[in-house]
Amino acid sequence: MNRINQKLQEDKKLLSIYFTAGYPNLNDTVRIIQTLEKSDVDMIEIGLPFSDPLADGPTIQASSTQALKNGMTTEVLFNQLKDIRKSVSIPLIIMGYFNPILQYGVEAFCKTCQDIGIDGLILPDLPVDVYTEQYQSTFEKYGLINILLITPQTSNERITYIDAISKSFIYMVSSASTTGVKTGFDDTQLDYFKRIANMKLKNPLIVGFGISNHETFSQATQFTKGAIIGSAFIKVIKTNTLQAIEKFVVSILNK
Amino acid sequence: MKKTYNINEKGYYGEFGGAFIPEMLYPNVEELRQNYLKIMADPSFKAEFDQLLKDYVGRPSPLYFAKRLSEKYHTKIYLKREDLNHTGAHKINNTIGQIIMAKRLGKHRIIAETGAGQHGVATATVCALMGLKCVVYMGEIDIARQAPNVARMKMLGATVIPATSGSKTLKDATNEAIRDWISNPTDTHYIIGSVVGPHPYPDMVARFQSVISEEIQKQLLEQEGISKPNYIVACVGGGSNAAGAFYHFLNDTQVHLIAVEAAGKGIHSGESAATSALGNIGIIHGSKTLLMQTKDGQITEPYSISAGLDYPGVGPMHAHLYQTNRAQFLSVTDDEAMVAGLELCKLEGIIPAIESAHALAVFNKKTFSPEDIVVLSLSGRGDKDLETYMKHFEL
Ligand SMILES: Cc1ncc(COP(=O)(O)O)c(C=O)c1O
Repeated sequence: MNRINQKLQEDKKLLSIYFTAGYPNLNDTVRIIQTLEKSDVDMIEIGLPFSDPLADGPTIQASSTQALKNGMTTEVLFNQLKDIRKSVSIPLIIMGYFNPILQYGVEAFCKTCQDIGIDGLILPDLPVDVYTEQYQSTFEKYGLINILLITPQTSNERITYIDAISKSFIYMVSSASTTGVKTGFDDTQLDYFKRIANMKLKNPLIVGFGISNHETFSQATQFTKGAIIGSAFIKVIKTNTLQAIEKFVVSILNK
Repeated sequence: MKKTYNINEKGYYGEFGGAFIPEMLYPNVEELRQNYLKIMADPSFKAEFDQLLKDYVGRPSPLYFAKRLSEKYHTKIYLKREDLNHTGAHKINNTIGQIIMAKRLGKHRIIAETGAGQHGVATATVCALMGLKCVVYMGEIDIARQAPNVARMKMLGATVIPATSGSKTLKDATNEAIRDWISNPTDTHYIIGSVVGPHPYPDMVARFQSVISEEIQKQLLEQEGISKPNYIVACVGGGSNAAGAFYHFLNDTQVHLIAVEAAGKGIHSGESAATSALGNIGIIHGSKTLLMQTKDGQITEPYSISAGLDYPGVGPMHAHLYQTNRAQFLSVTDDEAMVAGLELCKLEGIIPAIESAHALAVFNKKTFSPEDIVVLSLSGRGDKDLETYMKHFEL
């Protein structure tokens, strides 16, 4: 079974961390991943930086710009991750925009992901219908799970459709915003979490956008299987050492 | 089946187009997709659009036989005078259409991107006209180099927000507008300024701009007794004035289409915006099209002396016209365009926008026969470019 789905069966709330590969320094990728696993993070989203990240707010934009300046490319990332499965066993997901993957070649990209031991992809600007019509068979051939998004504006009908296509968890975007802009949840958002939880979808939900500390992590996971932290983590690694990563994760899980 | 160069029912021109957007944008774009054709087909929409184009924009724009220019180049040159429109360019045809569309969709707030500021001014203008709130995103670098247009937008009541991400120019302003739309999913309409972006934008903008070719047909019939020219020439940034000038002739292959891109300091100088020559297939701003990018798929920053042609992609219609050879794509350097612009001043008493001057430079690149009727889209006037002209020619 795919590592993501295995993880989803564990009887706990899951913490997934996003970071931009190549940030703050080009060669931090492997150390960050290893430290996150050691800190008891459940899943990692490795951000493949893109020049024009439409769904991201200022923090992830800036980290992407810096990572590209540092020399990060698809090729470099794959090289860095070449031996990652010798030291890391938690699920690894690549999150990125579709254009760099299109240029690499979708099939070649998927194949390399499989060779490395990547478990899934989150590609916000690859629309669901294009995925099912053109790429689903390729993704599946190489054992990659495509994680799809829903938002507070997604209609119930479309959520049902996305649930039917999804084969792992659904990435539930917490509010109408780009990443890292809002923090904390208001009643409207909590109602939205409840509403979706009550739909009894076949796939578990993991919330992303707006989670930055223990309080928001607990709120979000009250109704869902887990939560994803991105921008708040990027801020931690901006200036700090690997110890700060461990401390941050502890503060979220509040152990 | 006869080949068509129009959009298909799935939102593609051949393999180009589509809507490669994050799920957060899906409801907005889908609402527009489901409604735009219906709304445009409503007779009351058409009546309001036509009346504003006539009384407010000043349409039809003249189709002017440029006698001295024709003599010089030994062919019959007609200029489609979009420069005489209110606000000085073709951009207003689209913003008038989209503002009525926005009202009918029940939107109260308008956002737009702008590079040189022409589309921003055209958007701020129609927002003032309709009393809607207007926010224009503009790259920080462009704000510094296009101060008069920033002032115009402010006078018209718009809020101008600097885009400080990435390269701080048009493509980043477009990103910021899209991010705003993600964050304001119910009350806001995004008025895109060219035939770019996710479906249905390229088609919707082309339809609003198609008034240009509709008028060309009528005016040519009156003046030449024939409803089609041999050639249509237009500059291409994103491609909206070209799409509008080509529209009614797209499927009539007797009419030759010429699209002119900005070569900047030379196609291979590293400072160019000649997308068809330098680009390859990829995704920019939600559309699959030709764009300038690194081999890793990072979108690169274009350059042209003309801010309106300084876009790293072209609309999907043009990508298809290029790929199928339906249109001939030429590129014109900064210097060639500036010379052609100044020549029009001297020969015809018309100061063209530098974008349009790129189209005019075609007469030095290609020979037409004396019987040919060549219609050139004079997309805008040069008032906004005086400083650039002054600097270039040390006036
Ligand atoms: C006068 C003029 N012509 C042409 C353009 C290029 O746009 P498009 O290719 O969409 O016509 C612009 C853009 O600002 C413009 O201001």
